[in-house]
Amino acid sequence: MLYNFLIAPFLDMAGSPVFFAEVVISGLLTGVMYSLVALGFVLIFKASGVFNFAQGVMVLFAALTLVGLMERGVPVWLALILTVAVMTALAFAIERIMLRHLVNQEGIILFMATIGLSYVLQGLGETLWGSNVKRLDVGIPNASFEIGGILLNEFDLFAAASGAVLVTVLAVFFHYTRIGRALRAVADDHQAALSVGIPLKHIWIIVWSVAGVVGLVAGIMWGAKSGVQFSLSLIALKALPVLILGGFTSVPGAIVGGLIIGVGEKVAEIYWGPLVGGAIETWFAYMLALAFLVFRPQGLFGERIIERV
Amino acid sequence: MTQARERIGDTLLALENVNLAFGGVRALSDVSFEIREHEILAIIGPNGAGKSSMLNVINGFYHPQEGAITYKGKKRKQMRPHEAAATGIARTFQNIALFRGMSTLDNIMTGRLLKMRRNFLWQALYWGPAVREEMEHREAAERIIDFLEIQSIRKTPVGRLPYGLQKRVELGRALAAEPDLLLLDEPMAGMNVEEKEDMCRFILDVSDEFGTTIALIEHDMGVVMDISDRVVVLDYGRKIADGTPDEVRGNAAVIDAYLGVSH
Ligand SMILES: Nc1ncnc2c1ncn2[C@@H]1O[C@H](COP(=O)(O)OP(=O)(O)OP(=O)(O)O)[C@@H](O)[C@H]1O
Ligand SMILES: [Mg+2]
Repeated sequence: MLYNFLIAPFLDMAGSPVFFAEVVISGLLTGVMYSLVALGFVLIFKASGVFNFAQGVMVLFAALTLVGLMERGVPVWLALILTVAVMTALAFAIERIMLRHLVNQEGIILFMATIGLSYVLQGLGETLWGSNVKRLDVGIPNASFEIGGILLNEFDLFAAASGAVLVTVLAVFFHYTRIGRALRAVADDHQAALSVGIPLKHIWIIVWSVAGVVGLVAGIMWGAKSGVQFSLSLIALKALPVLILGGFTSVPGAIVGGLIIGVGEKVAEIYWGPLVGGAIETWFAYMLALAFLVFRPQGLFGERIIERV
Repeated sequence: MTQARERIGDTLLALENVNLAFGGVRALSDVSFEIREHEILAIIGPNGAGKSSMLNVINGFYHPQEGAITYKGKKRKQMRPHEAAATGIARTFQNIALFRGMSTLDNIMTGRLLKMRRNFLWQALYWGPAVREEMEHREAAERIIDFLEIQSIRKTPVGRLPYGLQKRVELGRALAAEPDLLLLDEPMAGMNVEEKEDMCRFILDVSDEFGTTIALIEHDMGVVMDISDRVVVLDYGRKIADGTPDEVRGNAAVIDAYLGVSH
């Protein structure tokens, strides 16, 4: 029994390294998507202290808008630009209609507001674009090929590469531009940021727009794999353990956390799944998060213990 | 000090009958006073007198229920923080509010944000000129670092600095905005004698060299008498005295307030 749990899986891994590599890679790719969703959370949380319950629905809404436009005959590139424009407009609207009136309210009140927002967005998306499952095909090649015996898929590589590019661009943007400095200032100390004249409104619009665009990328990847439908918004539930792992205020944490959970749950599923009757993938992330809550509540890179939620 | 005193000019900011309450607590009752160009004004008073609230009203963190604020000739009911900063009001806080994760230099650069190109949303798309502009501001920040003698901690994350140096960096960030009106909330609290002397020197130098108008809150009477041109005394949210250090020192109401005579 103990042998089956503690030793046999590792022997399996060592016995077939190629297969193990494939498992890890497929886990990494899922992880990229978790990371992206978590990244959206972190950006908004850092800049406005809002735990954005609607992040998952924003992913859905972005993907729905893209598919909806394409179904109406808009070419892919234009549909992408329009969707980015829609997500930016949405950020403006959220600041204008919601955030502006809730400045200085308790975190929990803002959290409630984002729950409301998620319903509004979901309703809006389905009213505009319909609620049937949609196929998303943005023309990314989907052939498989082998390198050193490892089976790879073009789409997956493309997805991973765009995720990496996006994250790098964001990292550079937030670290080397003055908007980035302003954003870090806001995240660090609201009051001091106000006193040096940083316009909070603009910062909020920027982070919500960026979160919307990050959501769009996540939505495209996920949607192209398994269709655009309501369940897309549920990947946000996976982002929660990622956040606990990575820390609510850490961008690198969100990325690394997402990858760890993506790989962890795949590996656990394949090698330990049969021992417990499968379905490890559905709860692995939460177990890991729980362990973290007990032993390292600030997460891998978190700056402080969660206090705002 | 002397130079600044000679240069004292017109009213820069005037408060008229300001009333501020938090629920049942009256933080400011009917307070009126003015700050004149180039002067160093000290605001003193026992704990809870409403001194910090006063500064918060001036830079728009608190919005008084009644009263008017006239700043640079424009009268309004309340200030807004962004407006205050944009029109030349910079400040420091009683409980240091620095960007703790950032270096000294970055903190001071943040103070220059408003000096940078106005349209905030578009800056990101503007690479070439933005980089050149960044260099200019960098030089200005370095001048402030030299002025405050904090070259050696330029790259240190401010969260790791000792208290006295943090206060100095916070002053640097405020100065970086090249303010017309500088508000300092207990800039010397918790400092040792030597650090206090340094801070006094910086404040006087700022006044002399840049002509900045300064309003500061301070508990150390020695310091107040030394560096200020005028003193406003608050007690239980009311102004009980307003005059030169000598006038205030001899004022009976002030002596009562400080000796804790019952009201
Ligand atoms: N944000 C706030 N909410 C509620 N009450 C407040 C707030 N800010 C100040 N007060 C109250 O207003 C009164 C004046 O406070 P303030 O901080 O202005 O005093 P102070 O003169 O700066 O005192 P200290 O010397 O202790 O700093 C106090 O009774 C304080 O409790
Ligand atoms: Mg105070």
